[in-house]
Amino acid sequence: MRPRGAISLRARLVLQLLALAAGLAVLLFVTVRTVAGDAAEETLDGVLGAATLAIADELRGGDEGVTVDLPHEAFSILGSISEDRIFYRVAVADATITGYADLAAPAAWAGAAGPSSPEFFTAPFRDTEVRVAAMQRVVLAQGRPVTVTVLVAQTRSGQAAIASRVANRAAGIGLGVFALAAALSILTAGSVLRPINRLAEAVSRRGPQDLRSVDHPSPAELRPLVLALNGFIARLRAALMRTETFITEAAHHIRTPLATVRARAEIALRRAETDEARETLRAVIRAVEESARSASQLLDHATVVYRSDRLAREPVDLAPLLERLAQSVAPTAELKDVTLQVAGTGAAVRVTGDALLIEAALRNLLDNAVKYSPPETEVSLDLAAAEGAACVTVADRGRGLSGSKQADLTRRFARGANVGDVVGSGLGLTIVEEVAAAHGGWFDLTEREGGGTCAQFYLPLA
Amino acid sequence: MRAVLFALGLMLGTITAAAAFEVEEDTAFAATGGAQTAELAVLSTTDTEVLRPVILAYQARNPGIALRYTVANSQQVFAAIADDGAAYDLVISSAMDLQMKLANDGFARPYRSALTDALPKWARWQDLLFAFAQEPVVLIMARAALDGQPPPRTRRELTQLLRDAPDRFMGRIGTYDPETSGAGYLFVTQDARLSDTFWRLAEVMGGLAPQLYDSSAPMIADLQSGRLVLAYNVLGSYAAPRIAGSDALALIELEDHTLTLLRSALVPRNAPAPELGAAFLDFLLGPEGRSLIATEAGLPPINEAALAAQPHLRPIRLDPGLLVYLDALKRRAFLEEWQAALIQP
Repeated sequence: MRPRGAISLRARLVLQLLALAAGLAVLLFVTVRTVAGDAAEETLDGVLGAATLAIADELRGGDEGVTVDLPHEAFSILGSISEDRIFYRVAVADATITGYADLAAPAAWAGAAGPSSPEFFTAPFRDTEVRVAAMQRVVLAQGRPVTVTVLVAQTRSGQAAIASRVANRAAGIGLGVFALAAALSILTAGSVLRPINRLAEAVSRRGPQDLRSVDHPSPAELRPLVLALNGFIARLRAALMRTETFITEAAHHIRTPLATVRARAEIALRRAETDEARETLRAVIRAVEESARSASQLLDHATVVYRSDRLAREPVDLAPLLERLAQSVAPTAELKDVTLQVAGTGAAVRVTGDALLIEAALRNLLDNAVKYSPPETEVSLDLAAAEGAACVTVADRGRGLSGSKQADLTRRFARGANVGDVVGSGLGLTIVEEVAAAHGGWFDLTEREGGGTCAQFYLPLA
Repeated sequence: MRAVLFALGLMLGTITAAAAFEVEEDTAFAATGGAQTAELAVLSTTDTEVLRPVILAYQARNPGIALRYTVANSQQVFAAIADDGAAYDLVISSAMDLQMKLANDGFARPYRSALTDALPKWARWQDLLFAFAQEPVVLIMARAALDGQPPPRTRRELTQLLRDAPDRFMGRIGTYDPETSGAGYLFVTQDARLSDTFWRLAEVMGGLAPQLYDSSAPMIADLQSGRLVLAYNVLGSYAAPRIAGSDALALIELEDHTLTLLRSALVPRNAPAPELGAAFLDFLLGPEGRSLIATEAGLPPINEAALAAQPHLRPIRLDPGLLVYLDALKRRAFLEEWQAALIQP
């Protein structure tokens, strides 16, 4: 369904040009027909007039009265220009000297004496319509001047034939002009719309994080559109900037008070005298810890979403990053009696990307592994580079996936079926997958042989 | 003013005289296939015997059709259609001028078929008048009159021959009387139009007391009997079979120009069965009709190639120019001039 009023520009342009071409073709046809029809009539009239004159020139007076010696050529020439029927009459007043007595000049014709040129009329005669040439001559007969009228009439099937031949040719020319104009209009529409298509292509070819203003060369007519587009891009960029600033501020404002609450609670725990109070304070500390974790995950996720649109492209060495992560998680692991085994960090493994995002993703993986590991087990952290990709494997001996699909677990706020007793936001794996995708990498989550989960995080090598 | 009245009288005279036309022959060809389904009426100047084989062949093809074939002279044929409105489905005449006048004056009915379209342009006029035979107009000479000399090839040579030996030809030249013979009038007017030497020839013939004939039959009879030694302007197709086998007579087509008469047909506007007339016309123009006209009727069918091979043959132009000589004043003026040339005291 096309929205109302949204006829394609090309169709509109082509239709209008075609209408113009059709109008021109019809005009051409009518003009050629009229002009040629007039020309044919003039030509045939000229010959008819010449025949009339030739007969008039043969008029003789004298004592016998008026006589005429019809020149053969007069009729022969009429016969050779077209196969038309011919009628004639030579008369003095109403008395016919020779010819068809029923052929009469139109009543309106007053006649003109003297060696004038003939006048032409179209009139009905017997079973047909004829073109009549009429002229008068004064002849001296029996000593008196006598006015003699000469009428020569001709049917006009020849003219009709010429007219129809001309009409056919004119129609042919009109159709040709129309076809040519149609082809040209399609070409024109294409060339007029090409800059728009090029601009659209240039804009749509841009990556998701490319928010530079458009400086594609475009014709003056498209300049306002490009300016509006650039204005829009600038506003979008400003909005993104504000959001990022807001996220950083929020992270700061939430994390700092939580850290204070936690520190105070730990001091209070140490000073607590009753078991009941200690138990309460431990619960407080755990809740604060989880809150801090959730808050930081929420912020990580927001950061991933906003930053992935404008990904930083800097070289990142995964080896020291992993070492640092392991150290930061080590206290928590120790608390749970979980051993951390780090391998493969001896050599630098370089990728290109946003260090902050990569670190957030890996921290989430590691946190998850430690969180779901039972005491006295081992979490292995392994860095490897193969086939153009860096692979970070995090494996635990936890409760595994218990049949949940990776696609389900990486959905936002989705959690496994078997995690009811562990606090979590359901954002961790979402962050991991989004970061992998933003860097052109991928993320695999599989059941580990012998129990537990194996998470593999791939990034293309620099 | 007397001239005007004379002209009127001449016109009225021809019209009233033709009010009831004179029939020479009237032959009914009964339908051959038993039951008669339709009757075709043909009015013609061509003798029944000439066209009989063609008619019989047509009837063999169309067994249900009876055919009435009426022969009259060309003036009578014209008057029958133009004045009497006689009911015929096809009008055949060798008088091209009168046929032309019938067509021009609106007495013909337009007809088109593949066969009429195939006719050369000079052999038809509009879709009204169609020629089916081209007949040269020839000179016939007794070889004895040549006195061993080669026969004349042009009018100039003929004139020279008559001048050189007037005694051989005195009183023994025959030609049509254009005042009484329509064909004769057509031939001399066309001769006069085509060449100036004609008038010189006419003057010389006039000095040799020519015999004037109304029709060809007695002229050829007189040639055969030896009363005439020269006949000028005879239809070759008519004379050839009659003088065949006689070494004494030579049939000569003059090379400066030999008039070629077109025998033509038209379907009258008031034809009772125009489709039958048109069908018979198509038969005349078709391959079977053409070959029968050539072999049985002895008339040369329309053949552009034959004309191209004999450039001296000039078909009389089938155009309104023919109407000029039918004009009463023109006819009177022409005949006066002809008589002045040919009839010398």
